Amino acid sequence: MRRQIPLAIALVAGLFGALSYFIQDPTVQDIREQLLAWLRLIGAFAIGIGIVSFLRNHGKKVTRQVSGWAFNAVAIASFLAMSTIGLFGGISDSSLFRKMFDFAQVPMEATMFSLLAFFIASAAFRAFRARTKEATLLLLAAVVVMLGRVANIDWLSQATEWILAVPNTAAARGITIGVGLGIVATALKIVLGIERSYLGGE
Amino acid sequence: MEISTDIWVWIAAIFTLFIYSFLYKDNPLYKFAEHVMVGLSTGYYTAIVFHTVIVPDFWEPLVHSISKFTMSPAEFSSYAIANELTTLPTVLQDFSPVVAIIMLLIPALLGLMLFTRFIPKISWLSRFSLAFILGAGSGLAIPNSFQTRILEQLRGTIVEDQGSIVVPLFSIDAWRDFFSAPGIGTFFEAVSGPLLIIGTLCVLAYFFFSKEHKGVLGGAAKAGIWFLMIGFGASFGYTVMARVSLLIGRMQFLLTDWLGIID
Repeated sequence: MRRQIPLAIALVAGLFGALSYFIQDPTVQDIREQLLAWLRLIGAFAIGIGIVSFLRNHGKKVTRQVSGWAFNAVAIASFLAMSTIGLFGGISDSSLFRKMFDFAQVPMEATMFSLLAFFIASAAFRAFRARTKEATLLLLAAVVVMLGRVANIDWLSQATEWILAVPNTAAARGITIGVGLGIVATALKIVLGIERSYLGGE
Repeated sequence: MEISTDIWVWIAAIFTLFIYSFLYKDNPLYKFAEHVMVGLSTGYYTAIVFHTVIVPDFWEPLVHSISKFTMSPAEFSSYAIANELTTLPTVLQDFSPVVAIIMLLIPALLGLMLFTRFIPKISWLSRFSLAFILGAGSGLAIPNSFQTRILEQLRGTIVEDQGSIVVPLFSIDAWRDFFSAPGIGTFFEAVSGPLLIIGTLCVLAYFFFSKEHKGVLGGAAKAGIWFLMIGFGASFGYTVMARVSLLIGRMQFLLTDWLGIID
């Protein structure tokens, strides 16, 4: 019972979700919209699971006073400050919440990503040694794209455009088709109850 | 040179420097900024989801439905449309407030059932919610993914839209132009379409694992690796440029907005 009912829910919801795409009846489309709205709302509750996990994980380290617990306390305090200000003070453009986002969160995230500019250079030095034909192709493509974006040389810009439009598109397209087939196969397995690992043990 | 007096600019600058201190070595200042960032990000999404989903899609319609509990179905229907109450069953043209409340409480109940994961004795209840999320999500994904990731991509590999005209990628005209006026430009015009088709097929051959990569399939898979390597190289180059661009942005912020060294 504890396994059969969830499998039945997945089957009915999945079949309706898939078939409703092809049935252009207004009633069916209305129910499809309703399904999407429900998914959005349940998804919002699912974020609550993440928040509880976040608080449990950091809270446990603070109460046990493990090494570096003060930083975990900082993470909890930052979360409480941002969420309280956002929940009770609103999220309008002139709000304190927006100020904290624009002048604390955004600069920190941008700086964190810009750090990679340094590490990516050393990683490239290790990875880009042209030891094989494939590594040489990778190196050449990367160098042409990097130089083509900054150097004001006509043929280099054209070469960059060509690499991006032809071999890069071919590779991306092959991967995308493969990913699409994978999504369809996995989704079918879930709807038909073949893939049931989400039910857990027991 | 005029240093900023804005407290927010100072906060942004100090956090920026704290994170750059990692370039020297992992240190408490970096760890402090890192944990603040994690906390702020979690708090940000909490507030955004509350204000953009929970309040407009659940709380407001629920409060409206309860407050208009005595309305007739017809009255409530026009009231719901006038107040743009979302997540209400528009399929039922003359729905009553009771139906609306039930339709709002079902997803809320499924959402709350997810939290039973933290209570081992009744954690099996969360399977119902997970089954709905995965089942409905998978069902909706099947046709969408087939359409956008497979059919549209295959179409793009065969033909190209040039305004209102559909042109095949393997263009005889391009080859005719090349043979009538040989040159690098016309050569690349002619080979680009066929290369795109061959490249896509070769990459797909590389990902086909049901047969051993020998003979023609092996050769195609090998060519697929070359296309993939060029693709990865281009992506890497692009990523590097994006990161360097971010670095320039942060430096400009420190030198212009904070220290005022650059105008």
